Amino acid sequence: MKFKGRDIISIKDFTRAEIDYILEIAQAMEALAKTGSNMLRGKILATLFFEASTRTRLSFESAMHKLGGSTIGFAEAKITSVKKGENLADTIRVVENYADVIALRHPLEGSARLAAEFAQIPIINGGSGAEEHPTQALLDLYTILKEMGRIDGLNIALVGDLRYGRTVHSLSYALSLYNVKLYLVSPELLRMRREVLDTIKEKIRVVQKAAIEEVLPKIDVLYVTRIQKERFADMAEYAKVKGAYRIGLDLLENAKKDLVIMHPLPRVDEIADEVDETPHAKYFQQVWNGVVMRMALLALILGATE
Amino acid sequence: MAETTLRVSKIKNGTVIDHITNGHALDVVKILGITGRTGGIVTVAMNVPSKRLEVKDIVKIEGRELNSKEVDKIALLAPHASINIIRDYVVVEKQVVKLPAVLKGIVKCANPACISNSEEPVQPTFYVERGEPLKVKCHYCGYIMEKQDVLKQF
Repeated sequence: MKFKGRDIISIKDFTRAEIDYILEIAQAMEALAKTGSNMLRGKILATLFFEASTRTRLSFESAMHKLGGSTIGFAEAKITSVKKGENLADTIRVVENYADVIALRHPLEGSARLAAEFAQIPIINGGSGAEEHPTQALLDLYTILKEMGRIDGLNIALVGDLRYGRTVHSLSYALSLYNVKLYLVSPELLRMRREVLDTIKEKIRVVQKAAIEEVLPKIDVLYVTRIQKERFADMAEYAKVKGAYRIGLDLLENAKKDLVIMHPLPRVDEIADEVDETPHAKYFQQVWNGVVMRMALLALILGATE
Repeated sequence: MAETTLRVSKIKNGTVIDHITNGHALDVVKILGITGRTGGIVTVAMNVPSKRLEVKDIVKIEGRELNSKEVDKIALLAPHASINIIRDYVVVEKQVVKLPAVLKGIVKCANPACISNSEEPVQPTFYVERGEPLKVKCHYCGYIMEKQDVLKQF
């Protein structure tokens, strides 16, 4: 299995064996995440974030620092040459001279694939519009594995904005490589996009539902997402679906004892604060797992581990 | 046969697009940007009896020879069509359209959020997943387009 020099554009570019291997490396990174390492000393990560982000960018930077590398980059497009009209292809061909790897977040779909076509150095997709967010999917898989001890054989529900939520697109593709039953719970307006549904339905059992109540007792993992206001062009449409799901203690009475609740964060009101205190809540562990997973990916791509 | 000949007369110079899937002659006319307000004679025949397709549509364009890009466009809508270039009443070139596996620079992505629709130095690229009815997938954003999405662009 060769990872050195590879791009991470879409989770679809990876086989099950490759993902399983990445999960193993992530596990091996847990210790280094606590002690730190010099594995990537002298290497530079450029974080080009054309769209607002707190977690993903900090997570990449933290991962790089923990491995002894350093980071450069920007967190908003308005302070860059993009403001002056530079296209992404040019930005990439400039920045690749400053760094060994680029983590890119961009509001347009397909942006990471385009960047990879122009770059000589590896590109990691840190979120491409509403399309994909492959490193989040990998950290989500890692969280499921860590909490449940397995991924195969589980019943998993993805809840909320399945149309515009890039994390659920990538996670669905990733889960379709495992033997899982997937419940897709969303308002009619925010149903899973067709290209994702077409692909995953060929591989795993998929059930689409509008109500969470009847699904809840059957599932092992509940993956909740925020209804993203910023993806709606029409605020009237947003008002219709805002607050469609709210996970509270009352709802969890019917849940399995070892149900794991995940969320890519930030949350607004999808999960009530009191749920944080239950053993179900794993969303803050997900954040730690994100650092560990990104350490694994950086080490693999930059050839520090094989 | 005599009946058909009578209805669709021969042209002197130009292009005959034959074996168009019935019902799609007007789509072909549209995709070629023919409005009828300028240019030479354009004859459209629909539901013509055919040995190969049972019924077919035919479009004859006087005074215009199609180029390869235009032929590719026709393949999007009429994958069985054949193109005859006519000079002085004689067929000088005959080709069956063939939908390529990859479409480059022929159609745009219908997803407004796709990077290929912004100011980048790339050609929109699609993979043909199915010829008829048409289903293509964007190389960049993965968006799936069908015949109607393609037709809207012409």
